Amino acid sequence: MSDLLLELYCEEIPARFQANAAGQLKSAVTGALMEAGLSYDSAAAFAGPRRLTLAVGGIPARSMDKQIERKGPRTDAPARAVEGFAKAAGLTSIADAKIVKDDKKGDYYMARSVLAGEPAAKILAGFLPGIITGFNWPKSMKWGAGDLVWVRPLRAILATLGAENDETETIRFQVGGLTSANITYGHRFLSEGPITVRRFDDYAAALEAANVVLDGERRAEIIHQEAKGLAFAAGLVLIEDKGLIGEVAGLVEWPVLLSGTFDEAFLALPDEVIIATIKANQKCFCLRDEKTGRLAPRFVIVANMVTSDNGKSVIAGNERVIRARLSDAKFFYDADLGEPLENRLPRLAEMVFHKKLGSQLERVERLKALTVEIGPTVGADIDVARRAAMLSKADLVTAMVVEFPGLQGQMGRAYALAQGEDKSVAEAIANHYRPLGPSDTVPNDPVSITVALADKIDMLTGFWAVGETPTGSKDPFALRRAALGLIRIILENRLSLSLKSLISIGRMGHLDNVPLPVAGRSYTAPDAVMTFDRKMADDLVSFFHDRLKITLRQAGAAHDIVEASISVGADDVYAISQKVTALTGFLETPDGEKLLSGYRRTANLLRDEEKKDAATYAGRYDVNAISSEVARTLANAIALSAEAVAADMDGGDFSGAMAQLSALADPVDRFFDEVRVNDPDPAVRLALLNVLAHLRATMHLVADFSKIEG
Amino acid sequence: MNSDPSSRPAHLDPKRSFQGLILTLQEYWAAYGCVILQPYDMPMGAGTSHTATFLRALGPRPWNAAYVQPTRRPTDGRYGENPNRLQHYYQFQTILKPSPDDIQDLYLKSLYAIGIDPELHDLRFVEDDWENPTLGAWGLGWEVWCDGMEISQFTYFQQVAGFECSPVSGELTYGLERLAMYIQNVDNVYELNFNGARGDEKVTYGDVFLQNEQEFSTYNFKAADTELLFRHFTDAENECRALLAAGAPGSPANESKFHTLAVPAYEQVLNAAHKFNLLDARGVISATERQSYILRLRDLSKACGAAWLQTRSGGALSGKVEAGFPSDNATK
Repeated sequence: MSDLLLELYCEEIPARFQANAAGQLKSAVTGALMEAGLSYDSAAAFAGPRRLTLAVGGIPARSMDKQIERKGPRTDAPARAVEGFAKAAGLTSIADAKIVKDDKKGDYYMARSVLAGEPAAKILAGFLPGIITGFNWPKSMKWGAGDLVWVRPLRAILATLGAENDETETIRFQVGGLTSANITYGHRFLSEGPITVRRFDDYAAALEAANVVLDGERRAEIIHQEAKGLAFAAGLVLIEDKGLIGEVAGLVEWPVLLSGTFDEAFLALPDEVIIATIKANQKCFCLRDEKTGRLAPRFVIVANMVTSDNGKSVIAGNERVIRARLSDAKFFYDADLGEPLENRLPRLAEMVFHKKLGSQLERVERLKALTVEIGPTVGADIDVARRAAMLSKADLVTAMVVEFPGLQGQMGRAYALAQGEDKSVAEAIANHYRPLGPSDTVPNDPVSITVALADKIDMLTGFWAVGETPTGSKDPFALRRAALGLIRIILENRLSLSLKSLISIGRMGHLDNVPLPVAGRSYTAPDAVMTFDRKMADDLVSFFHDRLKITLRQAGAAHDIVEASISVGADDVYAISQKVTALTGFLETPDGEKLLSGYRRTANLLRDEEKKDAATYAGRYDVNAISSEVARTLANAIALSAEAVAADMDGGDFSGAMAQLSALADPVDRFFDEVRVNDPDPAVRLALLNVLAHLRATMHLVADFSKIEG
Repeated sequence: MNSDPSSRPAHLDPKRSFQGLILTLQEYWAAYGCVILQPYDMPMGAGTSHTATFLRALGPRPWNAAYVQPTRRPTDGRYGENPNRLQHYYQFQTILKPSPDDIQDLYLKSLYAIGIDPELHDLRFVEDDWENPTLGAWGLGWEVWCDGMEISQFTYFQQVAGFECSPVSGELTYGLERLAMYIQNVDNVYELNFNGARGDEKVTYGDVFLQNEQEFSTYNFKAADTELLFRHFTDAENECRALLAAGAPGSPANESKFHTLAVPAYEQVLNAAHKFNLLDARGVISATERQSYILRLRDLSKACGAAWLQTRSGGALSGKVEAGFPSDNATK
């Protein structure tokens, strides 16, 4: 068994591409090994700023020999055909071929040969160049006068193969003017010269000695622990930022953590401004003082260098840059405070939201109109909600947000509070974008909820109206996230809202010639009258259904129960989730199980008989036709339940409805034990079938039990 | 190949004077074998727009050059009141075509030459993809960080004027003022020591440029005649088109197989682009119009790039490179 070590050494790879590249290298090489008939025991891939590395263990020295059979002509075929076959199959004479008996079509020749296995090194040398030239980077380039395409110039290839505890050989191949070797290089500044490598063990150790931590996860762990340590030493806490740790781990081969300070005067800026400045521009970590809850005038640098002055110059340099950046931010912030948010609205007219959906100002007008409709249904004060909608996008034209787009909403909140706006208005300006992802929180203040729902339904109906709906993996306007967000806002706030009415509120903003309820005005498409027809609405409802299903399943619901609980036109998202909960509970009870099996027998039997009779039974019957006591008991029980179930469902009492169904479990069970539905008397049979049809219809009032899987 | 700073008088130490920094970089790249050019004598927004980069990056001919280019960014004017922002500043530009295999090392050694000691600093190549919509150009590369500060742009050109670059040029752009502020350890650009002298003899960056910054901020934001600028933009655009037509091979005025007016035509693009930047600073171009001006400039740039590829220097009919043609001697 042999071990493969492959390293692709290149100029600095963007941090955001590294993890995927390691995964891709691993699956490409292991896939090609399997295809070539070579198994392996283990595979591990690593990525860093200057190298992708793959170690594959337990590869056989050779691929297995393969038996190849080749069918030839019939034994009575003309001699020329037989000779030709022998030659093509590489036989010295046709006597070496086997004759296969075939009574129907006549006996024929069969040539057998053995395709000898090949040394693993040869196979690897054969497919590795193709993996390199065919590598899929999100963005790639050429360099110099060559034709090779890589993420940044590829400078060296290391490829060795060797049995455990034995010498290794270099797998020889050429790609884009590079020849593979057994050489690597250490840290750009902390090590010198080439390093000769045999296998993964000495490779990893040599790199570590040459100031390269190979494993990105380990680099991230070092950064995290040491950053926490530096914070602790200063009596502070690290502001955790997983994304930043991951990014910085992709920027350094040898993480060296240092801590610097900035002038306390900058703490007059909102925390988020300081964090954004230090994080986005400098990729440094911020620290918090736990006693005050506020930011500390201190930050943590992740350098890639051990310097001869113990980091003094590095710290001084970073402090200078951060000082300059914070001065800029302070300048922007003070300038922004000088102009009230509402004065900025006219400039939103210059900011295109989407070419078919008008400017941000037009969008604000729509949001104002929508909040008037949505506000009362979620208990928000209309005037406050309208004010929040009006100011919701004003910060997009502040200097600070132009500089740091990620601060949209947060700056609006800060500026709103500074100019004395109602707290709900300020919070809504910040929170109407939320939730920003699955782990983000959902707004819970009625004003924030109103603006957040208006924002999302305006986007969804708008993009639906202009036909820019998500397809496959393409969702450039993040409409899936908007729909998921809207659903989470409804579920987590237990709102009883109809999707259809939300959609019809949203579409108002996008219809031509339909006056909006209050001051807003509709957007007139320049070339065509915008339509929002029934089909778009239905399509959008089913788009919501798909997101809702995902949400419920992620919350732990079984997929068949989710399917059973959402009927085609189902409209009340919160009610559906309640139903899922009740149904899940019900099916776990003995009655639930019993009734489900009764339902299945009912449904199967009806399906067969309805097919036979070419009829659909509606559940109406003449009770006098039924003589069986058991059947009559069931019929009465169903009749009683049906009304109660309908009433409970109307009132949204799903547990009540399920309890009503429970009462049917035993009668149904007895019915199937004791009653023969296919009675010789057609009138009796018809009545019994309809009793069952009534059962089916009653249960369908609650959920589509046919979707429940056994 | 190494420039020896000790052979230079102390006041020209790049750590002490702005001009010493420029001279050191020039010497370094001259020693490498670059053609050292002087600034292009027209206003432009970046060293990339200089014909020595924009046009020479196109076509098959090798080309290594370095030069200082004054860079005009009218909207960045701050009346001399911002310590970091200028509407006129200097870039030092190096273009190596094809990009050599050791280009990163060559670049790092240029930093060592100007006094950045790798033992003391944290030098990093951080992803930064470059695109210039008015030039129809893009490339991949990095911004180079020294202790968290961006000191250079490092780009491998992939496309210029809409044409794929083959071979690929490596472009190194040093922001000279920022770099000088770092190595001279001053926080205000106007306090940079320009000539390296001390006492009364000392000339600062402010002595040289503060007046200009104040006057040009006023010109850019207030005084420039916008009607005239609009007219000049259109004039330059028309002139560019006319020159492209007149110089095209086979046009009535040109019997050769080459384009004969590619460079004069391109100068009109530089002209138009600067007028556009001034109009932008005057705030008379709306967001929607802005896009259409950019597209007009891009169309002109592309047409000039196409014309350049029909010139001898642009490598037209290459394979038949004529002996003694300057471009052949200019390469390493």
